[in-house]
Amino acid sequence: MKPRRQRMLAVGLTVAGIALATALTLQAFKENMMFFVEISEIEKGNYPEDRNFRVGGLVVEGSVRREIGELELSFDLTDYENQLTVNYSGVLPDLFREGQGIIAHGRLGDNGIFMADEVLAKHDENYMPPEVAESLAGHAAAQEAVLNSEQQGQ
Amino acid sequence: MIPELGHFALILALSLALCQGILPLLGAHRNDQAMLDVAKPAAVGQFVFVAFAFGCLTWSFIQSDFSVLYVASHSQLALPLPYKISAVWGAHEGSLLLWVLLLAGWTVMVAFYSGSLPKAFGARVIGVLGLLSCGFLLFTLLTSNPFERLIPAPPDGADLNPLLQDPGLAIHPPILYTGYVGFSVAFAFAIAAMISGNLDQKWARWTRPWTTSAWLFLTIGIALGSWWAYYELGWGGWWFWDPVENASFMPWLAGTALIHSLAVTEKRGLFKSWTLLLAITAFSLSLLGTFLVRSGILVSVHAFAVDPARGLFILAFLAVVIGGALILYAWRAPGLDSDAGFKACSRETFLLLNNVLLVIATALILGGTLSPLIVEMIDGSKISVGPPYFEIAFAIPMLPLVYLIGVGMHTAWRSQEPGPLFNQLKIPAIIAVVAGLLVPFFFYGRVGVLLVTGMIAGFWIIAVSLIQPIRSLRRKAGTTAITRSALGMSVAHFGVGLFVIGVTVVSGFSVEADRSLRVGETESVAGYDFELRGLRNVDGPNFRALEGEVDIYRDGEFISQLRPQKRTYLVQQSPMTEAGIDANWNRDLFVALGDPLGNDAWSVRMQYKPMIRFIWLGAFVMALGGLIATRDRRYRLTATETEKASTLSGELA
Repeated sequence: MKPRRQRMLAVGLTVAGIALATALTLQAFKENMMFFVEISEIEKGNYPEDRNFRVGGLVVEGSVRREIGELELSFDLTDYENQLTVNYSGVLPDLFREGQGIIAHGRLGDNGIFMADEVLAKHDENYMPPEVAESLAGHAAAQEAVLNSEQQGQ
Repeated sequence: MIPELGHFALILALSLALCQGILPLLGAHRNDQAMLDVAKPAAVGQFVFVAFAFGCLTWSFIQSDFSVLYVASHSQLALPLPYKISAVWGAHEGSLLLWVLLLAGWTVMVAFYSGSLPKAFGARVIGVLGLLSCGFLLFTLLTSNPFERLIPAPPDGADLNPLLQDPGLAIHPPILYTGYVGFSVAFAFAIAAMISGNLDQKWARWTRPWTTSAWLFLTIGIALGSWWAYYELGWGGWWFWDPVENASFMPWLAGTALIHSLAVTEKRGLFKSWTLLLAITAFSLSLLGTFLVRSGILVSVHAFAVDPARGLFILAFLAVVIGGALILYAWRAPGLDSDAGFKACSRETFLLLNNVLLVIATALILGGTLSPLIVEMIDGSKISVGPPYFEIAFAIPMLPLVYLIGVGMHTAWRSQEPGPLFNQLKIPAIIAVVAGLLVPFFFYGRVGVLLVTGMIAGFWIIAVSLIQPIRSLRRKAGTTAITRSALGMSVAHFGVGLFVIGVTVVSGFSVEADRSLRVGETESVAGYDFELRGLRNVDGPNFRALEGEVDIYRDGEFISQLRPQKRTYLVQQSPMTEAGIDANWNRDLFVALGDPLGNDAWSVRMQYKPMIRFIWLGAFVMALGGLIATRDRRYRLTATETEKASTLSGELA
């Protein structure tokens, strides 16, 4: 092969390699990007259907249910206004408890129950996942406004 | 009184840092000897005062002086003494003080070992380090004063986060920070070279041992962090690709590229401006890492609103340091490059490829880490990027790299004939392919494309790393032995091979099972029988724990008893999982207690992790290689030669 053709081949292979690598990376990014969806949005049907996404909220007091001796459990998440039931099987993080803000990864089942494959609770007593904090703040304010107007109405 | 002394010492340190930052740079510009002479004493003085302040804070912790806000928030009377000391760097204010202390420490080292540097150049390096120190001291004093009082003092403190009460995490931050901060020396060398407009091969020779030292500390620091996450976070993963980890990994990747590019600059006088850019990048990523992690901005943009003063200071400081360095670079670097040539098949080409691939990996990780921030700023939606993205994005540039390492390290500078290279690498290549196919098949009973690719890569690097040391051992009397530099390179690459094998086997053959177990029940995982024998209560110094007794058998033969704990720390009332691990060179058995499931049953996580020790062992071997390389004779030779030269000129004058 002449040096010129050799060089052309090298450049061609490099470009092809870069193109392939870029395509794979973008694909990986698209597949592993997860949106955070507020509970109220799920109720309106605004959630990605065939892929994982994240939800977050407070674990409702007294809502953790499990069959005795089994790993499977379910609990309810709330943003003070709306609720979502979550199913999970496995070992829970240390700081998971009722009343605590948590995030779950997974997808919504046909029955409207969120099937979580990962549950996260942050390792800090005072720490609330920021997405959850924000979502809660919004709904707490709305709730208060409703209460206030009800009181004024009476 | 003690905290006020510490506070005062920090203010004095700041004024000395100002002298150290301004006078030597001015002196080098005006060729004023008196100003140049300020550099060393100012650096030493600054170090003494920062060390004094650090001592004062440590003393307040040991004395449990809860009238100091920082102590009250991160310590407690019953905290064991070692953790009272490590609590000093357990949170933002103290870790910042540790940063400043280490920066001053590196500066003093440079001041004492810069005998071989031209005086003006050494003064410039110390001056740049002084300016950096000013920034950090100002940040500490204005926004994050660790000596702030809390009056009236509470009777007891709020305790150190239980996660941090662990020997691994007591030493991980200082070592990691030593690495982070160490890149400031390479940065200062780069800035000094650009100011003086003089960058020759000697410059690279001065810079190399400093950069390698910083890199080896960072390597150990990251490995310790990963090890800690493995046994302390309780769930058996060794790398999670979370922003905090990425923040330490990106400077490591850039620093690795820098080490290799410096080799070309030293041996051949090439890649000069590229080396400068990498030095700036490695340090900028260290800064970004420290600040972004500490400010919490990576978790959410809104973290900035929590403390706007800190956020603004951080942005301004990053803009000045990184922006300033890049402007200087744009202005001065174009004139530096030489145009010595090299052939397509030469060590230069392979080191260039190394750099390109490492930079691509850094960029992809940076992109993944910052993308949630960028997306949120653009359209307000909140995303997160999962570990699989990082795994793929990292593997794409790294797989070719691990194969190229073996070729590159045996290729000659300037130009290499392919024939002899091929002959030399034939045998290691055959060994690698055979071992890479047979080991997974015979020991783990399974082969797959990714598995075999990884195994061959690991064995390949191990085999080629042995060529030079073996040749040196078998050489004839009178011929020269392998240099420390070359030995260091071989050892470090050997470590890469161990690491690659560890990662491949762990990801391919780990077994993980979450099960519900009652006392007396047995569960089998990867051929090991885990029997939950009993549960009992135990008391620690500042926690209560439920301890499980798990006996492990294999084919009826007793292997080990593990005692995983579920702890509750008394002050913060926070639960913590303490895993039970039986470590062996070729596998770990791992048990962690989950939650009570009712009816005496507990959720238990059991894991079999083959070859996981190779991951950390590989990292430590890499660091050892770095250490050997810094002990090369030629770094000392330059020092003594110049000393002789200066005494001679002294005598003549």
